[in-house]
Amino acid sequence: MNNEPVESRKPKVEGEKPATSELFAGSRPSALDPRLHSSPGQRAWRRFRTNRAAVFSAWYLAFLLAVILVWPVLLKVSGASFAKTHNPDQLSDVQFSPPTAQHWFGTDFHGRDVFSRTLFGAQISLLVGVVGAGVSLIIGVLWGAIAGYVGGRVDSFLMRLVDILYSLPTIIFVIVLLKTLGELVKQSHFVKNSPALESSLNVIFIFVGLGAVSWLTMARIVRGQVLSLRSRAFVEASRTLGAGTPRILFRHIIPNIFGIAITYVALTMPAIILYESFLSFLSLGVQAPMASWGTLIAEGVSQINPIRIYWWLVVFPGGILVTTLLALNFLGDGLRDAWDVKSK
Amino acid sequence: MYFARRILFAIPLLLVISMLAFALVHLAPGGPFDTERKPASPEIERNIKAKYHLDEPVWKQYCRYFGDLLHGDFGVSLKYRNHTVNDIIAQGLPVSMTLGMLAFCFATVVGVPLGFFTAARRGRWPDYTGSFLAVLAVCVPGFVVAPFLILIFAIKLKWFPVALWETPWHMVLPSIALGSYFVGKIARLLREGMLTAAQSEFVTAARAKGLGETALLLKHVFRIALLPVVSYSGPMLADLLTGSFIIENIFQIPGIGVFLVNSSLNRDYTVVVGLSLLYAMLLIGLNLAVDFSYTLLDPRVKYE
Amino acid sequence: MTFIGRAGRIFLRARFAFCLLGCAFVFGCSRHEPPADLTIINNAEPESLDPAIIVAQADMRVVSAMFEGLTRLEPVNAQAVPGLAESWDISPDGKIYTFHLRTNLLWSTGEPITSADVVYSWIRELSPATASEYAGQLYYVKNAKEFNTGQIKDASLVGVHATDKFTVRVELNHPTLFFLDICSMPLACVVPRQTIEKYGDRWLMATPLPVSSAYELVEWRLNDKIRLKKNPLYWDAVNTRSEIVDILPVGSPNTALNLYERGQADIVWDKELIPSELIDVLLQRPDFHAFTYLGTYFIRFNVTKKPFDDPRVRQALALAIDKERIVKKITRAGEVTTSHLVPDGTRNYTSPPGLGYDPAQARKLLAEAGYPGGKGFPRFEYLFNAAGGSGGKIHENIAIELQQMWRDQLGIEMELRQVETQVFWGMESRLDYQVSRSSWIGDYDDANTFLGMFLTGDGNNETGWSNPRYDDLVHAANETTDAKQREKLFQQAETILVRDEAPIIPLYIYSGINYFDTNKISGIWENVLDDQPLRTIRKIEARP
Repeated sequence: MNNEPVESRKPKVEGEKPATSELFAGSRPSALDPRLHSSPGQRAWRRFRTNRAAVFSAWYLAFLLAVILVWPVLLKVSGASFAKTHNPDQLSDVQFSPPTAQHWFGTDFHGRDVFSRTLFGAQISLLVGVVGAGVSLIIGVLWGAIAGYVGGRVDSFLMRLVDILYSLPTIIFVIVLLKTLGELVKQSHFVKNSPALESSLNVIFIFVGLGAVSWLTMARIVRGQVLSLRSRAFVEASRTLGAGTPRILFRHIIPNIFGIAITYVALTMPAIILYESFLSFLSLGVQAPMASWGTLIAEGVSQINPIRIYWWLVVFPGGILVTTLLALNFLGDGLRDAWDVKSK
Repeated sequence: MYFARRILFAIPLLLVISMLAFALVHLAPGGPFDTERKPASPEIERNIKAKYHLDEPVWKQYCRYFGDLLHGDFGVSLKYRNHTVNDIIAQGLPVSMTLGMLAFCFATVVGVPLGFFTAARRGRWPDYTGSFLAVLAVCVPGFVVAPFLILIFAIKLKWFPVALWETPWHMVLPSIALGSYFVGKIARLLREGMLTAAQSEFVTAARAKGLGETALLLKHVFRIALLPVVSYSGPMLADLLTGSFIIENIFQIPGIGVFLVNSSLNRDYTVVVGLSLLYAMLLIGLNLAVDFSYTLLDPRVKYE
Repeated sequence: MTFIGRAGRIFLRARFAFCLLGCAFVFGCSRHEPPADLTIINNAEPESLDPAIIVAQADMRVVSAMFEGLTRLEPVNAQAVPGLAESWDISPDGKIYTFHLRTNLLWSTGEPITSADVVYSWIRELSPATASEYAGQLYYVKNAKEFNTGQIKDASLVGVHATDKFTVRVELNHPTLFFLDICSMPLACVVPRQTIEKYGDRWLMATPLPVSSAYELVEWRLNDKIRLKKNPLYWDAVNTRSEIVDILPVGSPNTALNLYERGQADIVWDKELIPSELIDVLLQRPDFHAFTYLGTYFIRFNVTKKPFDDPRVRQALALAIDKERIVKKITRAGEVTTSHLVPDGTRNYTSPPGLGYDPAQARKLLAEAGYPGGKGFPRFEYLFNAAGGSGGKIHENIAIELQQMWRDQLGIEMELRQVETQVFWGMESRLDYQVSRSSWIGDYDDANTFLGMFLTGDGNNETGWSNPRYDDLVHAANETTDAKQREKLFQQAETILVRDEAPIIPLYIYSGINYFDTNKISGIWENVLDDQPLRTIRKIEARP
């Protein structure tokens, strides 16, 4: 009975000095290791916990989220002058001021508080990331699951469509899609009568647009997973018991690809947030006076020149964007390692 | 045979793409001839539209366009009316391709060793810093990297020109700015590939046979790990081509990336459809080439 | 294992081949041409170099260097002086112009230029098939409008004829004091019939391309550069100062500034290519030259929709804008605020005052109109376009300020709506907006180029505003030959426009900034039309 902890079991080679590369540090647990008999979820969680970067990232994201949610509340309940200086839309005469006690991240061209704008911008950016990734998740999972499970002609057809969409230049289609649908819907009567809907419509379209062009990889991966799941014992059993296709899809297949799904959401979010910042750089993203990290960075970047550098306009929003993306990436990596998903 | 079939399949694919692009761009509100100054009479507007057949129904315009396409004529740009789309492609494509390839070279030359060393020194400091740098490269947008590069290397240090595209010196900064994202991606891909390969049965067998450490790393693990990197090159080259528009914008490089974006903003229908087709052809071609090279590299892989 | 070895070898070889290919491309793509004498940054890539179809100033700058008309503009004050025509006679009633062409005119390819070419060019400009958007400027010529709109098909009925080889006779509908300025505009320039008839729409791609002015086209690479070379057969070639000129279309102010600072460009002559946040610092430098020119930034109302159909509402909104704040805080190029549409400095004209800054009066008017304190005032949208990329967020910035001002002073809520530029033009012309930002740059140095816009039914009116008395005044002003009488009539018209009815709110007169080092460059001056002919500019040799 081998009761040694797994980590010290390194394969030894005859006559060779002990392996110095950690690359080859084996990590195969023995057959009697209790870890093998817990559920995939529990195993994943345990693996995840050992990844320090991922855990740290998760904490950071939770912290960020907390600050973003608390800040507007803080503004509402605090005194009038505090709320006024930190109101992200409040113009003032203190243009381009570097960080001071009054304005922790400085002010921008209109004298608005950059700290507040960064936090409110975070709301939009993260929302775009989550909803966009969510949209791509839903479309991708459904598409891939149906293709993989049903197979045959349906699979062929659905995957051909994915191939076609893969060859389209996404930038053009995102731009045109956003603007076309946006204008068409905005001009319909339904929207004209409800001004609140109209202003948020733009942001909604960005979510949907970005998500709609990112689901392709997800669909392929889900299909691959479903193909392998389809032939597993529990699915066979379910079928012999008489379960119909939708039932099997929703009760057995989809819950089992949960792990991959979550991982790819965490990995797609950075891409979507970056994409949104590209669109904002082209003035196609979120419209003024709302801000997202993309618009803040675009504003800041436009100030970079050899004569006067308002570094706080780029460093703070950019720094927070980069650290958030880093955190999402590490979290995604951690989740992927935890669920033991192969990258192809 | 498989490849012949795929090439054949590409033709109806391109047809569908051209129809899709055509329809989408015509659906968008606004037209190419909406201008700031209104012509003195509505006749003039009508004349312009008639000249470019914009008053006909969309399907009819498409048929006309398709007919021209069969002759290799992509049409005349609606915004730059003295240039045909073929002119634009002939001018811009070599530039974008050079930029893309240089960025690709930069990405592989930096990314591959980075990935290799982080995998070889896994779990220790070189790995942590290297991986961190790789992820960082993926997280910083190109339009932030570029101005900083310009500020430091072109303005303060004066080593390189600030913008434009004329001599090889002009090509350095844009390639770095464009390739930085892919350095990170390649490094991460290679690292993962090596980690996976190191666990594979094949490698364990090789070690059991008594192969030394460095030989193992270099000859076997690395080469297996290269396969995912190679297969990523296809989409990566394609991404480089279109993702270059921001870099081209910032450095004022006359490539097709800028045309791609501006033509859709200008509702320059012919250029949009023409460039979409071009991009699709490049992508399909690249994907085919990558899959083909895959068979060369790994004869276990067979397509039926 | 054989296949791993094979893979490795192939990969190595592939990488090597790739690098070789890369080097080949790099050297293939780099340029080996002689450096230019002068490098100028122009704002945008010209859409075309055909004088008959261009609209934008960026295009016109290049075209004026290549093609010339009966008159041309002199560089210091942009006045019309003899061009291809060496002299002219004007009939006493001001309706008939007889131009005498120079007898030694040649195309750059050697053929002579005669009056038949002039007539050909004008008829081509007016021809419906050419679909020129600026053809309206020639409507002062007899039967030009009818020919252009297709009512008459016979070109010989149009009031421009070649009476002999070197004489052109033009008949106008009514005396037009600024007609000579129109003759200098690209739309009236002489184009090579021989090339156009041979190549049709592709005539600009012909090599060699015959030109009638100081420079020939050497190469034209889109979004890259336009290279011009001195035309030795130009009648005034002895005064053309530079041999080879490169024109770069750079859209971003930051890039333009960087190129200039690095010496990669000598002149930046598009007035808007300056990073707005650095204006106050840059204006201190001697190589940055600020000047006002004939352009006005204003706000348009769609007067066909409530609540902007009530002039009191419009006046109230006008009186509540602190224009000084806008030019001090946002535009900062030393613009002059204005309460009237026609810019100061327009020839033979002084504008009457319009509406100033009076928030108290504004509130009173708003209350009179039925919205005391802004209560009950419907939410409305302010439309503006995205001046793309990193340059020029001016419209957005001004919009944000206006939103704040109207909210604070009048208690009304405005929403911002930004659309793409192409969509913006379409919406404005279809009157699919409520309030929108606007601007207008004068085509020639006369008040008519501004006031003529707001005639009933004019394509550039775009407000839905119509006032018969205004129309009468403007038409009467254009019929008279007396400059003083004309000024009075225009003043009355403008008062109706900017004070009594206020379908527009003028904000400021454009101020442009060119940059070039006066120690190194000579022959370039700022003027109200912002026109700098290329032929007079040159680099002064550095003193040893």
